[in-house]
Amino acid sequence: MTTALLTLTDLTLGYDRHPAVHHVSARMEPGSFTAIIGPNGAGKSTLLKGMAGAMAPLSGTLGRAPGTRIAYLPQNAALDRSFPISLFDLVAAGLWHRTGAFGGLSHKDRDAVHEAFERVGLQGFERRTLDALSGGQLQRALFARLILQDADLILLDEPLAAIDTKTSADLLAMIETWHAQGRTIIAVLHDMQIVRDHFPQSLLMARECVAHGATADVLTENNLGRARQMIEAFDEEAHICAQESAS
Amino acid sequence: MIFDALIAPFIEFEFMRRALVGCLALSLAAGPVGTFLMLRRMSLFGDAMAHAILPGAALGYLAFGLSLTAMTIGGLATGLLVVLLAGLVTRATTLREDASIAGFYLISLAIGVSIVSLKGSNVDLLRVLFGSILALDDPAMMLLVAMSTGTLLVLALIFRPLVLECVDPAFLRSVSRAGGPAHLIFLALVVTTLVSGFNALGTLLSVGMMMLPAIAARFWAVELTGIIFTATLIGLVSSLCGLILSFHTGLPSGPAIILVAGALYLLSLSFGPQGGLVLKLLPQRHLEA
Repeated sequence: MTTALLTLTDLTLGYDRHPAVHHVSARMEPGSFTAIIGPNGAGKSTLLKGMAGAMAPLSGTLGRAPGTRIAYLPQNAALDRSFPISLFDLVAAGLWHRTGAFGGLSHKDRDAVHEAFERVGLQGFERRTLDALSGGQLQRALFARLILQDADLILLDEPLAAIDTKTSADLLAMIETWHAQGRTIIAVLHDMQIVRDHFPQSLLMARECVAHGATADVLTENNLGRARQMIEAFDEEAHICAQESAS
Repeated sequence: MIFDALIAPFIEFEFMRRALVGCLALSLAAGPVGTFLMLRRMSLFGDAMAHAILPGAALGYLAFGLSLTAMTIGGLATGLLVVLLAGLVTRATTLREDASIAGFYLISLAIGVSIVSLKGSNVDLLRVLFGSILALDDPAMMLLVAMSTGTLLVLALIFRPLVLECVDPAFLRSVSRAGGPAHLIFLALVVTTLVSGFNALGTLLSVGMMMLPAIAARFWAVELTGIIFTATLIGLVSSLCGLILSFHTGLPSGPAIILVAGALYLLSLSFGPQGGLVLKLLPQRHLEA
Protein backbone atom coordinates (compact mmCIF):
# COMPACT_ATOMS: atom_id res chain seq x y z
CA MET A 1 0.00 0.00 0.00
CA THR A 2 1.37 3.40 -0.96
CA THR A 3 1.58 6.23 1.55
CA ALA A 4 -1.45 8.47 1.43
CA LEU A 5 -1.10 12.04 0.19
CA LEU A 6 -3.59 13.26 2.77
CA THR A 7 -4.52 11.45 5.96
CA LEU A 8 -7.50 12.75 7.93
CA THR A 9 -7.71 11.26 11.40
CA ASP A 10 -10.86 11.96 13.42
CA LEU A 11 -10.77 15.48 11.97
CA THR A 12 -13.20 18.11 13.28
CA LEU A 13 -13.32 21.52 11.64
CA GLY A 14 -15.66 24.37 12.43
CA TYR A 15 -16.37 27.95 13.24
CA ASP A 16 -16.50 29.35 16.76
CA ARG A 17 -16.38 25.83 18.31
CA HIS A 18 -19.45 24.66 16.31
CA PRO A 19 -18.29 21.78 14.12
CA ALA A 20 -19.07 21.91 10.39
CA VAL A 21 -17.02 18.79 9.74
CA HIS A 22 -17.39 16.26 12.53
CA HIS A 23 -14.90 13.43 13.30
CA VAL A 24 -14.00 12.58 9.72
CA SER A 25 -11.32 10.02 8.96
CA ALA A 26 -10.18 9.35 5.40
CA ARG A 27 -7.12 8.65 3.27
CA MET A 28 -6.53 10.33 -0.07
CA GLU A 29 -4.17 8.26 -2.23
CA PRO A 30 -1.71 9.93 -4.61
CA GLY A 31 -3.21 10.23 -8.10
CA SER A 32 -6.78 9.73 -6.86
CA PHE A 33 -9.63 11.67 -8.43
CA THR A 34 -12.34 12.35 -5.87
CA ALA A 35 -15.59 14.30 -5.77
CA ILE A 36 -16.85 15.58 -2.42
CA ILE A 37 -20.64 15.62 -2.49
CA GLY A 38 -23.47 16.18 -0.06
CA PRO A 39 -26.43 18.43 0.75
CA ASN A 40 -26.07 22.16 1.43
CA GLY A 41 -24.48 22.80 4.82
CA ALA A 42 -22.85 19.35 4.84
CA GLY A 43 -19.39 20.83 5.44
CA LYS A 44 -17.99 20.12 1.96
CA SER A 45 -16.35 23.51 1.50
CA THR A 46 -15.10 23.51 5.08
CA LEU A 47 -13.51 20.10 4.57
CA LEU A 48 -11.77 21.33 1.41
CA LYS A 49 -10.60 24.47 3.16
CA GLY A 50 -9.17 22.35 5.94
CA MET A 51 -7.38 20.12 3.42
CA ALA A 52 -5.88 23.27 1.90
CA GLY A 53 -4.47 24.17 5.31
CA ALA A 54 -6.49 27.39 5.45
CA MET A 55 -8.18 26.35 8.69
CA ALA A 56 -6.84 24.91 11.93
CA PRO A 57 -8.61 21.73 13.13
CA LEU A 58 -10.78 22.00 16.26
CA SER A 59 -9.65 18.46 17.03
CA GLY A 60 -8.13 15.49 15.24
CA THR A 61 -5.26 15.72 12.78
CA LEU A 62 -4.67 16.26 9.10
CA GLY A 63 -1.45 14.76 7.80
CA ARG A 64 0.13 15.69 4.50
CA ALA A 65 2.85 13.73 2.69
CA PRO A 66 5.99 15.88 3.03
CA GLY A 67 6.77 18.10 0.05
CA THR A 68 3.23 18.04 -1.33
CA ARG A 69 2.50 21.21 -3.30
CA ILE A 70 -1.16 22.21 -2.96
CA ALA A 71 -3.26 24.45 -5.19
CA TYR A 72 -6.64 25.55 -3.83
CA LEU A 73 -9.40 27.30 -5.76
CA PRO A 74 -12.12 28.51 -3.35
CA GLN A 75 -15.76 28.82 -4.37
CA ASN A 76 -16.55 32.16 -6.08
CA ALA A 77 -12.97 33.22 -5.42
CA ALA A 78 -13.17 36.39 -3.33
CA LEU A 79 -11.36 38.54 -5.86
CA ASP A 80 -11.43 42.32 -5.74
CA ARG A 81 -12.23 42.73 -9.43
CA SER A 82 -12.05 46.52 -9.25
CA PHE A 83 -8.33 46.40 -8.43
CA PRO A 84 -6.58 47.60 -11.59
CA ILE A 85 -4.10 44.86 -12.48
CA SER A 86 -3.93 43.00 -15.77
CA LEU A 87 -5.10 39.43 -16.23
CA PHE A 88 -1.49 38.58 -17.08
CA ASP A 89 -0.33 39.64 -13.62
CA LEU A 90 -3.14 37.68 -11.93
CA VAL A 91 -2.34 34.48 -13.83
CA ALA A 92 1.43 34.93 -13.47
CA ALA A 93 0.95 34.85 -9.68
CA GLY A 94 0.58 31.08 -10.19
CA LEU A 95 4.39 31.04 -10.57
CA TRP A 96 4.81 32.19 -6.95
CA HIS A 97 6.57 28.89 -6.14
CA ARG A 98 9.29 29.91 -8.64
CA THR A 99 9.45 33.68 -8.09
CA GLY A 100 8.56 34.02 -4.41
CA ALA A 101 7.75 37.51 -3.19
CA PHE A 102 10.70 39.23 -4.86
CA GLY A 103 11.95 37.25 -7.88
CA GLY A 104 11.32 38.46 -11.42
CA LEU A 105 9.80 36.55 -14.33
CA SER A 106 12.32 35.06 -16.76
CA HIS A 107 11.62 34.78 -20.49
CA LYS A 108 10.81 31.13 -19.94
CA ASP A 109 8.32 32.06 -17.22
CA ARG A 110 6.63 34.60 -19.50
CA ASP A 111 6.34 31.97 -22.23
CA ALA A 112 4.80 29.60 -19.69
CA VAL A 113 2.21 32.24 -18.75
CA HIS A 114 1.31 32.84 -22.42
CA GLU A 115 1.05 29.09 -22.98
CA ALA A 116 -1.33 28.83 -20.00
CA PHE A 117 -3.50 31.57 -21.55
CA GLU A 118 -3.65 29.54 -24.77
CA ARG A 119 -4.52 26.32 -23.00
CA VAL A 120 -7.58 27.88 -21.38
CA GLY A 121 -8.56 29.66 -24.61
CA LEU A 122 -7.91 33.20 -23.37
CA GLN A 123 -5.07 34.22 -25.72
CA GLY A 124 -5.29 37.94 -26.44
CA PHE A 125 -6.82 38.68 -23.01
CA GLU A 126 -3.48 39.27 -21.27
CA ARG A 127 -3.81 43.06 -20.96
CA ARG A 128 -7.47 43.10 -19.91
CA THR A 129 -8.27 44.28 -16.41
CA LEU A 130 -10.31 42.03 -14.14
CA ASP A 131 -13.48 44.14 -14.26
CA ALA A 132 -13.69 43.60 -18.03
CA LEU A 133 -14.26 39.83 -17.82
CA SER A 134 -17.31 37.60 -17.70
CA GLY A 135 -17.66 35.02 -14.94
CA GLY A 136 -16.65 32.19 -17.30
CA GLN A 137 -13.59 34.07 -18.56
CA LEU A 138 -12.47 34.75 -15.00
CA GLN A 139 -12.84 31.05 -14.12
CA ARG A 140 -10.76 30.15 -17.20
CA ALA A 141 -8.10 32.61 -16.03
CA LEU A 142 -8.07 31.05 -12.56
CA PHE A 143 -7.60 27.64 -14.22
CA ALA A 144 -4.65 29.11 -16.14
CA ARG A 145 -3.19 30.12 -12.79
CA LEU A 146 -3.76 26.56 -11.50
CA ILE A 147 -1.83 25.22 -14.52
CA LEU A 148 1.14 27.42 -13.59
CA GLN A 149 0.96 26.37 -9.94
CA ASP A 150 2.00 22.89 -11.09
CA ALA A 151 0.62 21.35 -7.88
CA ASP A 152 0.59 17.70 -6.75
CA LEU A 153 -2.77 18.14 -5.03
CA ILE A 154 -5.45 20.32 -6.63
CA LEU A 155 -8.46 21.29 -4.49
CA LEU A 156 -11.43 22.77 -6.37
CA ASP A 157 -14.53 24.14 -4.66
CA GLU A 158 -17.54 24.16 -7.03
CA PRO A 159 -15.31 24.87 -10.05
CA LEU A 160 -18.24 24.55 -12.47
CA ALA A 161 -20.86 26.63 -10.62
CA ALA A 162 -22.57 29.33 -12.72
CA ILE A 163 -20.53 28.40 -15.82
CA ASP A 164 -22.01 27.76 -19.29
CA THR A 165 -21.94 24.29 -20.88
CA LYS A 166 -19.06 24.94 -23.27
CA THR A 167 -16.79 26.41 -20.58
CA SER A 168 -17.86 23.67 -18.20
CA ALA A 169 -16.83 20.99 -20.71
CA ASP A 170 -13.49 22.71 -21.38
CA LEU A 171 -12.70 23.00 -17.67
CA LEU A 172 -13.69 19.37 -17.01
CA ALA A 173 -11.39 18.26 -19.83
CA MET A 174 -8.60 20.24 -18.20
CA ILE A 175 -9.24 18.61 -14.81
CA GLU A 176 -9.07 15.18 -16.50
CA THR A 177 -5.74 16.15 -18.12
CA TRP A 178 -4.36 16.96 -14.68
CA HIS A 179 -5.56 13.59 -13.42
CA ALA A 180 -3.88 11.89 -16.39
CA GLN A 181 -0.65 13.72 -15.48
CA GLY A 182 -0.75 11.90 -12.14
CA ARG A 183 -1.94 14.81 -10.01
CA THR A 184 -4.37 14.23 -7.17
CA ILE A 185 -7.72 15.99 -7.65
CA ILE A 186 -10.35 16.64 -4.98
CA ALA A 187 -13.37 18.70 -6.07
CA VAL A 188 -16.57 19.76 -4.34
CA LEU A 189 -19.45 19.33 -6.80
CA HIS A 190 -23.24 19.48 -6.86
CA ASP A 191 -24.00 17.97 -10.23
CA MET A 192 -24.42 14.21 -9.61
CA GLN A 193 -24.37 13.42 -13.33
CA ILE A 194 -20.93 15.01 -13.73
CA VAL A 195 -19.72 13.09 -10.68
CA ARG A 196 -21.01 9.76 -12.05
CA ASP A 197 -19.54 10.42 -15.52
CA HIS A 198 -16.12 11.77 -14.57
CA PHE A 199 -15.10 11.05 -10.99
CA PRO A 200 -13.97 7.50 -10.11
CA GLN A 201 -14.05 8.16 -6.33
CA SER A 202 -16.54 10.03 -4.15
CA LEU A 203 -16.79 11.14 -0.56
CA LEU A 204 -20.35 11.77 0.65
CA MET A 205 -20.51 14.30 3.47
CA ALA A 206 -23.28 15.16 5.92
CA ARG A 207 -21.11 16.86 8.53
CA GLU A 208 -19.78 13.36 9.09
CA CYS A 209 -18.42 11.14 6.36
CA VAL A 210 -21.40 9.05 5.16
CA ALA A 211 -19.49 7.02 2.59
CA HIS A 212 -16.16 7.11 0.81
CA GLY A 213 -15.06 4.90 -2.06
CA ALA A 214 -15.86 4.06 -5.67
CA THR A 215 -18.49 6.50 -6.94
CA ALA A 216 -20.99 3.77 -7.86
CA ASP A 217 -20.87 2.39 -4.32
CA VAL A 218 -21.17 5.79 -2.68
CA LEU A 219 -23.98 7.30 -4.75
CA THR A 220 -26.71 4.88 -3.75
CA GLU A 221 -30.27 5.94 -2.88
CA ASN A 222 -29.75 4.60 0.62
CA ASN A 223 -26.60 6.67 1.25
CA LEU A 224 -28.07 9.87 -0.23
CA GLY A 225 -31.20 9.51 1.90
CA ARG A 226 -29.12 9.00 5.05
CA ALA A 227 -27.07 12.08 4.20
CA ARG A 228 -30.21 14.21 3.92
CA GLN A 229 -31.46 13.02 7.32
CA MET A 230 -28.16 13.62 9.04
CA ILE A 231 -28.04 17.34 8.27
CA GLU A 232 -29.12 19.07 11.44
CA ALA A 233 -29.43 22.77 12.09
CA PHE A 234 -26.61 24.76 13.68
CA ASP A 235 -27.55 24.57 17.38
CA GLU A 236 -26.81 27.68 19.47
CA GLU A 237 -27.25 25.67 22.67
CA ALA A 238 -25.18 22.71 21.50
CA HIS A 239 -23.55 20.68 24.26
CA ILE A 240 -19.87 19.86 24.34
CA CYS A 241 -19.39 16.89 22.06
CA ALA A 242 -19.18 13.59 24.01
CA GLN A 243 -16.76 12.07 21.49
CA GLU A 244 -14.46 15.01 22.34
CA SER A 245 -13.61 13.81 25.84
CA ALA A 246 -13.16 10.24 24.62
CA SER A 247 -10.54 11.21 22.06
CA MET B 1 9.10 88.03 -15.64
CA ILE B 2 8.44 84.30 -15.62
CA PHE B 3 11.90 83.88 -14.14
CA ASP B 4 11.03 86.31 -11.34
CA ALA B 5 7.77 84.58 -10.59
CA LEU B 6 8.75 80.93 -10.84
CA ILE B 7 12.47 80.53 -10.34
CA ALA B 8 13.80 83.53 -8.42
CA PRO B 9 12.16 82.58 -5.09
CA PHE B 10 14.10 79.33 -5.04
CA ILE B 11 17.39 80.99 -5.99
CA GLU B 12 17.09 83.84 -3.52
CA PHE B 13 15.81 82.05 -0.44
CA GLU B 14 17.37 79.02 1.13
CA PHE B 15 14.20 78.11 3.04
CA MET B 16 12.33 77.89 -0.27
CA ARG B 17 14.94 75.55 -1.69
CA ARG B 18 14.76 73.34 1.37
CA ALA B 19 10.97 73.35 1.25
CA LEU B 20 11.06 72.38 -2.43
CA VAL B 21 13.44 69.47 -1.88
CA GLY B 22 11.36 68.32 1.10
CA CYS B 23 8.03 68.52 -0.73
CA LEU B 24 9.35 66.80 -3.86
CA ALA B 25 10.75 63.94 -1.76
CA LEU B 26 7.44 63.69 0.03
CA SER B 27 5.49 63.56 -3.26
CA LEU B 28 7.60 60.64 -4.47
CA ALA B 29 6.56 58.52 -1.48
CA ALA B 30 3.04 59.88 -0.98
CA GLY B 31 1.82 59.14 -4.55
CA PRO B 32 2.36 55.35 -4.47
CA VAL B 33 1.25 54.97 -0.84
CA GLY B 34 -1.92 57.02 -1.49
CA THR B 35 -2.69 54.95 -4.59
CA PHE B 36 -2.79 51.75 -2.54
CA LEU B 37 -4.90 53.42 0.17
CA MET B 38 -7.42 54.53 -2.45
CA LEU B 39 -7.55 51.13 -4.17
CA ARG B 40 -8.01 49.34 -0.83
CA ARG B 41 -10.97 51.65 -0.09
CA MET B 42 -9.02 53.14 2.82
CA SER B 43 -9.01 56.73 1.61
CA LEU B 44 -10.06 58.02 5.03
CA PHE B 45 -7.52 55.90 6.89
CA GLY B 46 -4.83 58.57 6.41
CA ASP B 47 -7.05 61.14 8.05
CA ALA B 48 -7.55 58.91 11.09
CA MET B 49 -3.83 58.28 11.37
CA ALA B 50 -3.09 62.00 11.07
CA HIS B 51 -5.02 62.42 14.31
CA ALA B 52 -3.43 59.37 15.89
CA ILE B 53 0.12 60.73 15.69
CA LEU B 54 -0.72 63.85 17.71
CA PRO B 55 0.26 62.66 21.24
CA GLY B 56 3.77 61.64 20.18
CA ALA B 57 4.33 64.87 18.32
CA ALA B 58 3.02 66.86 21.29
CA LEU B 59 5.25 64.96 23.74
CA GLY B 60 8.25 65.60 21.49
CA TYR B 61 7.34 69.28 21.45
CA LEU B 62 6.98 69.41 25.25
CA ALA B 63 10.29 67.67 25.86
CA PHE B 64 12.49 69.36 23.27
CA GLY B 65 10.64 72.52 22.24
CA LEU B 66 10.04 73.19 18.55
CA SER B 67 12.42 70.46 17.40
CA LEU B 68 10.99 68.91 14.25
CA THR B 69 13.19 65.88 14.70
CA ALA B 70 11.81 65.19 18.17
CA MET B 71 8.23 65.77 17.03
CA THR B 72 8.75 63.51 14.02
CA ILE B 73 10.14 60.66 16.05
CA GLY B 74 7.38 61.07 18.66
CA GLY B 75 4.69 61.09 15.98
CA LEU B 76 6.19 58.05 14.31
CA ALA B 77 6.21 56.12 17.59
CA THR B 78 2.54 56.77 18.43
CA GLY B 79 1.41 56.22 14.82
CA LEU B 80 3.13 52.85 14.61
CA LEU B 81 1.79 51.87 18.03
CA VAL B 82 -1.81 52.63 16.97
CA VAL B 83 -1.42 50.70 13.69
CA LEU B 84 0.11 47.72 15.47
CA LEU B 85 -2.55 47.62 18.21
CA ALA B 86 -5.35 47.97 15.67
CA GLY B 87 -3.80 45.24 13.51
CA LEU B 88 -3.54 42.85 16.45
CA VAL B 89 -7.13 43.54 17.57
CA THR B 90 -8.40 42.95 14.01
CA ARG B 91 -6.68 39.56 13.89
CA ALA B 92 -7.65 38.49 17.41
CA THR B 93 -11.32 39.59 17.51
CA THR B 94 -14.33 39.90 15.22
CA LEU B 95 -13.87 43.67 14.88
CA ARG B 96 -13.25 44.87 11.34
CA GLU B 97 -10.11 46.84 10.66
CA ASP B 98 -11.86 50.22 10.28
CA ALA B 99 -13.60 49.81 13.64
CA SER B 100 -10.46 48.78 15.52
CA ILE B 101 -8.50 51.67 14.03
CA ALA B 102 -11.28 54.13 14.90
CA GLY B 103 -11.17 52.92 18.50
CA PHE B 104 -7.45 53.49 18.95
CA TYR B 105 -7.05 56.69 16.95
CA LEU B 106 -9.79 58.43 18.95
CA ILE B 107 -8.12 57.50 22.25
CA SER B 108 -4.83 58.69 20.83
CA LEU B 109 -6.32 61.99 19.63
CA ALA B 110 -7.89 62.69 23.03
CA ILE B 111 -4.58 62.02 24.76
CA GLY B 112 -2.80 64.28 22.28
CA VAL B 113 -5.17 67.22 22.73
CA SER B 114 -4.95 66.80 26.51
CA ILE B 115 -1.16 66.92 26.43
CA VAL B 116 -1.13 70.02 24.25
CA SER B 117 -3.72 71.86 26.36
CA LEU B 118 -2.02 70.94 29.66
CA LYS B 119 1.23 72.63 28.82
CA GLY B 120 1.00 74.52 25.56
CA SER B 121 -1.23 77.08 23.94
CA ASN B 122 -3.48 76.87 20.91
CA VAL B 123 -0.78 78.38 18.74
CA ASP B 124 1.42 75.35 19.34
CA LEU B 125 -1.41 72.99 18.48
CA LEU B 126 -1.97 74.87 15.24
CA ARG B 127 1.70 74.51 14.37
CA VAL B 128 1.58 70.76 14.90
CA LEU B 129 -1.63 70.41 12.91
CA PHE B 130 -0.78 72.71 10.02
CA GLY B 131 3.02 72.77 9.91
CA SER B 132 5.38 75.54 9.00
CA ILE B 133 7.71 75.43 6.08
CA LEU B 134 9.90 78.11 7.64
CA ALA B 135 10.73 75.75 10.47
CA LEU B 136 12.17 73.10 8.15
CA ASP B 137 15.84 73.11 9.17
CA ASP B 138 18.58 70.94 7.69
CA PRO B 139 18.31 67.95 10.07
CA ALA B 140 14.52 67.92 9.69
CA MET B 141 14.84 67.99 5.91
CA MET B 142 17.38 65.17 5.92
CA LEU B 143 15.04 63.13 8.12
CA LEU B 144 12.14 63.81 5.78
CA VAL B 145 14.10 62.80 2.68
CA ALA B 146 15.48 59.69 4.39
CA MET B 147 11.98 58.62 5.47
CA SER B 148 10.52 59.15 2.00
CA THR B 149 13.36 57.17 0.42
CA GLY B 150 12.93 54.38 2.94
CA THR B 151 9.17 54.32 2.34
CA LEU B 152 9.66 53.94 -1.42
CA LEU B 153 12.25 51.18 -1.04
CA VAL B 154 10.15 49.18 1.41
CA LEU B 155 7.04 49.59 -0.77
CA ALA B 156 9.03 48.22 -3.71
CA LEU B 157 10.07 45.24 -1.58
CA ILE B 158 6.55 44.30 -0.47
CA PHE B 159 4.92 45.24 -3.80
CA ARG B 160 4.01 41.77 -5.06
CA PRO B 161 2.56 40.38 -1.81
CA LEU B 162 0.73 43.67 -1.22
CA VAL B 163 -0.90 43.65 -4.67
CA LEU B 164 -1.95 40.01 -4.27
CA GLU B 165 -3.25 40.71 -0.75
CA CYS B 166 -5.45 43.40 -2.31
CA VAL B 167 -6.68 41.36 -5.29
CA ASP B 168 -6.91 37.79 -4.08
CA PRO B 169 -6.03 37.39 -0.39
CA ALA B 170 -7.26 33.77 -0.26
CA PHE B 171 -4.89 32.79 -3.05
CA LEU B 172 -1.97 34.54 -1.39
CA ARG B 173 -2.72 32.70 1.86
CA SER B 174 -2.60 29.41 -0.03
CA VAL B 175 0.91 30.03 -1.40
CA SER B 176 2.58 32.20 1.25
CA ARG B 177 2.33 33.73 4.69
CA ALA B 178 3.49 37.12 3.40
CA GLY B 179 0.02 38.68 3.15
CA GLY B 180 -0.54 39.69 6.77
CA PRO B 181 2.95 41.14 7.29
CA ALA B 182 2.77 42.95 3.93
CA HIS B 183 -0.47 44.64 4.98
CA LEU B 184 0.91 45.67 8.40
CA ILE B 185 4.13 46.99 6.85
CA PHE B 186 2.05 48.96 4.37
CA LEU B 187 0.07 50.58 7.23
CA ALA B 188 3.40 51.49 8.84
CA LEU B 189 4.46 53.11 5.56
CA VAL B 190 1.31 55.24 5.66
CA VAL B 191 2.44 56.47 9.08
CA THR B 192 6.00 57.24 7.96
CA THR B 193 4.67 59.15 4.93
CA LEU B 194 2.27 61.14 7.10
CA VAL B 195 4.91 61.94 9.66
CA SER B 196 7.48 63.00 7.07
CA GLY B 197 4.85 65.31 5.63
CA PHE B 198 3.92 67.08 8.80
CA ASN B 199 7.04 69.25 8.99
CA ALA B 200 6.11 71.03 5.84
CA LEU B 201 2.36 70.57 5.64
CA GLY B 202 1.18 69.70 9.13
CA THR B 203 -0.42 66.39 10.09
CA LEU B 204 -3.83 67.19 8.64
CA LEU B 205 -2.69 68.41 5.25
CA SER B 206 -0.07 65.74 4.60
CA VAL B 207 -3.07 63.43 4.17
CA GLY B 208 -4.02 65.59 1.19
CA MET B 209 -0.62 65.00 -0.35
CA MET B 210 -1.28 61.26 -0.24
CA MET B 211 -4.91 61.13 -1.30
CA LEU B 212 -5.59 63.98 -3.75
CA PRO B 213 -2.95 63.02 -6.35
CA ALA B 214 -3.95 59.35 -6.15
CA ILE B 215 -7.66 60.07 -6.55
CA ALA B 216 -6.98 62.46 -9.44
CA ALA B 217 -4.76 59.86 -11.14
CA ARG B 218 -7.67 57.36 -11.31
CA PHE B 219 -9.16 59.56 -14.05
CA TRP B 220 -6.05 59.30 -16.25
CA ALA B 221 -4.75 55.73 -16.08
CA VAL B 222 -6.26 52.24 -16.14
CA GLU B 223 -3.55 50.01 -14.71
CA LEU B 224 -1.86 50.15 -11.33
CA THR B 225 1.56 51.20 -12.66
CA GLY B 226 0.06 54.04 -14.68
CA ILE B 227 -2.00 55.27 -11.73
CA ILE B 228 1.06 55.28 -9.46
CA PHE B 229 3.18 57.26 -11.95
CA THR B 230 0.40 59.76 -12.65
CA ALA B 231 -0.24 60.26 -8.93
CA THR B 232 3.45 60.89 -8.29
CA LEU B 233 3.61 63.39 -11.18
CA ILE B 234 0.53 65.25 -9.91
CA GLY B 235 2.12 65.37 -6.45
CA LEU B 236 5.37 66.81 -7.80
CA VAL B 237 3.54 69.49 -9.84
CA SER B 238 1.35 70.40 -6.84
CA SER B 239 4.42 70.80 -4.60
CA LEU B 240 6.19 73.12 -7.02
CA CYS B 241 3.15 75.24 -7.92
CA GLY B 242 1.91 75.30 -4.32
CA LEU B 243 5.20 76.63 -2.98
CA ILE B 244 5.29 79.37 -5.65
CA LEU B 245 1.66 80.27 -4.87
CA SER B 246 2.45 80.41 -1.18
CA PHE B 247 5.51 82.62 -1.78
CA HIS B 248 3.62 85.20 -3.83
CA THR B 249 0.34 85.31 -1.94
CA GLY B 250 1.56 84.83 1.61
CA LEU B 251 -0.70 81.77 2.06
CA PRO B 252 0.77 79.12 4.40
CA SER B 253 2.63 76.53 2.31
CA GLY B 254 0.58 73.52 3.42
CA PRO B 255 -2.84 74.80 2.35
CA ALA B 256 -1.34 76.31 -0.83
CA ILE B 257 0.10 72.96 -1.96
CA ILE B 258 -3.09 71.09 -1.12
CA LEU B 259 -5.21 73.72 -2.90
CA VAL B 260 -3.18 73.20 -6.07
CA ALA B 261 -3.55 69.40 -5.70
CA GLY B 262 -7.28 69.93 -5.14
CA ALA B 263 -7.54 72.04 -8.29
CA LEU B 264 -5.74 69.30 -10.26
CA TYR B 265 -8.22 66.76 -8.83
CA LEU B 266 -11.20 68.86 -9.96
CA LEU B 267 -9.61 69.23 -13.41
CA SER B 268 -9.07 65.47 -13.63
CA LEU B 269 -12.59 64.77 -12.41
CA SER B 270 -13.95 67.02 -15.16
CA PHE B 271 -11.68 66.27 -18.10
CA GLY B 272 -9.92 62.97 -17.31
CA PRO B 273 -10.18 60.38 -20.11
CA GLN B 274 -11.01 57.50 -17.71
CA GLY B 275 -14.57 58.24 -16.63
CA GLY B 276 -14.21 62.04 -16.36
CA LEU B 277 -17.51 63.93 -16.19
CA VAL B 278 -17.24 65.81 -19.50
CA LEU B 279 -16.66 62.64 -21.49
CA LYS B 280 -19.58 61.00 -19.69
CA LEU B 281 -21.92 63.88 -20.51
CA LEU B 282 -20.92 64.06 -24.19
CA PRO B 283 -23.27 62.01 -26.35
CA GLN B 284 -21.27 59.00 -27.49
CA ARG B 285 -22.44 56.17 -29.71
CA HIS B 286 -21.77 52.67 -28.55
CA LEU B 287 -19.15 50.49 -30.19
CA GLU B 288 -19.61 47.46 -32.37
CA ALA B 289 -17.91 45.05 -29.97
